[in-house]
Amino acid sequence: MNTVVADITYRAMLGRKRIWLLVLLPVALVAIAALLRLIGGSDEHTAVLLMKTFAIGTMLPLLGLIAGTGVIAPEIEDGTIIHLLAKPISRPVIAVTKFIVAASLVAVFAAVPTFIAAYLLIRDESGVAYGFTLGALFGGVAYAAVFLLLGVITRHAVTVGVIYALVWEGLVGGYVPGARKFSIQQWAQSIADQVSSSPFFKTDVSLGFAVPAMIIVTLGALLWAGTRLRSLSITGDD
Amino acid sequence: MTMTTSPVTTGQGVVHLAQVSRWYGNVVAVNDVTMTIGPGVTGLLGPNGAGKSTLLHMMAGFLAPSSGTATLNGQAIWRNHQIYRLIGLVPEKEGVYGFLTGWQFVLSAARLHRLPSPAEAAARALDLVEMSGAKDRRIETYSKGMRQRVKVAAALVHDPRVLLLDEPFNGMDPRQRLHLMELVRRMGEEGRTILFSSHILEEVERVAQQIEVLVAGRHAASGDYREIRRRMTDRPHLYRVRSSDDRRLAAALVADASSSAVSLTEQGLEVQAVDFRRFTWLLPRVARDIGVHLWQVSPIDEDLESVFSYLISPHP
Repeated sequence: MNTVVADITYRAMLGRKRIWLLVLLPVALVAIAALLRLIGGSDEHTAVLLMKTFAIGTMLPLLGLIAGTGVIAPEIEDGTIIHLLAKPISRPVIAVTKFIVAASLVAVFAAVPTFIAAYLLIRDESGVAYGFTLGALFGGVAYAAVFLLLGVITRHAVTVGVIYALVWEGLVGGYVPGARKFSIQQWAQSIADQVSSSPFFKTDVSLGFAVPAMIIVTLGALLWAGTRLRSLSITGDD
Repeated sequence: MTMTTSPVTTGQGVVHLAQVSRWYGNVVAVNDVTMTIGPGVTGLLGPNGAGKSTLLHMMAGFLAPSSGTATLNGQAIWRNHQIYRLIGLVPEKEGVYGFLTGWQFVLSAARLHRLPSPAEAAARALDLVEMSGAKDRRIETYSKGMRQRVKVAAALVHDPRVLLLDEPFNGMDPRQRLHLMELVRRMGEEGRTILFSSHILEEVERVAQQIEVLVAGRHAASGDYREIRRRMTDRPHLYRVRSSDDRRLAAALVADASSSAVSLTEQGLEVQAVDFRRFTWLLPRVARDIGVHLWQVSPIDEDLESVFSYLISPHP
């Protein structure tokens, strides 16, 4: 990891307007949880539903997308990445540093609010808060790696990422059980299910598949991103 | 055909391209270019779209040649991050983080190079480009010329042997431009290898000792532009001659095959010399023989603009 690269990336991600993209959904999640608590709708079933559909199903992939692509794609697009690449630093080190920044942002802006929201609703009942927090943490790490890779290999990273998150995970995964095996969202839920003992929550993908798959996808995406960054072509204006 | 006049090839920081081509699909951006850039200031000249940026990006390791090799001191440039210990790059694109101050930007470059005293190096580099006064302002508040200068400071922070600048004078006001030209010239005199691309002839003429001309992706000429002009034997050389009797001199010159046309103008004679060597040998002798005093003999098409327009236009 390179601390200068990390410092610049954090500043770029957290500076002014961009931070609102990261803050918006977690604030909405915590606000919904607080509201439910206020109106007395904070039972375990509601908590699991909110965590499953909003925290893991919506917020996590979107924050993964914002953080994963945001740490590198805009710099490649506007050429500022040259400032980092034209230095005697190995490109895979730059990729890993960017990944650590993205993963840490997802941890702070997705996993922590997930815990706060679940805890607000049902405290530590059935381990739901801990389960979904761990799921969001590990899922967020995998999303960060995959979307970072997209940011390096395509100029249309956000579009491809949205298609993956909404169409593959949201739509195809909802109707085709086989497709769920290849969904980061489902792997995150498997981890949550393992920790939680809630009767309102069951997942299709076994932990024995989800964890190795998550590790392979994360490491594979990182390796690929580092390799592609080594061969990144930046053209001039003619 | 490439016209070449003895490039410098010794010393540290020699960039060499060997039969380098680069194409995008069916479009050839750079076609079979071989050139060596050694110490001193070299201007990479060509019209917009000639392939200058593509060539420069290959020299900087940001583009792989489709064929051929690009090396720095014999080491491959592509996929070799160690070369950036020797190279400083100023890209044409903005390439700056607007949310950083000038100081933070240049300091980050020094720290990325792992210099022993990054703050000292950053201060020296900012001083070199006269940006110390504005160093604490965010880059997004800078003018285009200031951004350009802070990019140059970041590229110079590690005191590189090779400096590659893509259209470096763009957006600068005349004073800043002169200052950077002076800086570039001085660094060239110190023995650094400096290559800068430009489509503005005046910039190249003022700073570079050596030029490399690209036309439509091809390496059209290389060397000192006056020498290139002299070697363009298929084009007549234009001379302005003022003498004590232009009419008599014109009659004497036109009788010799070394001049293809002689015209009388208000400024004196304009002579098209088809045989440069014979004409320069003949002129003083003819003048002496007919008793005419020569007051002025000056080439009127040896400036860079004339050389360039000859190179990019089809033969007459």
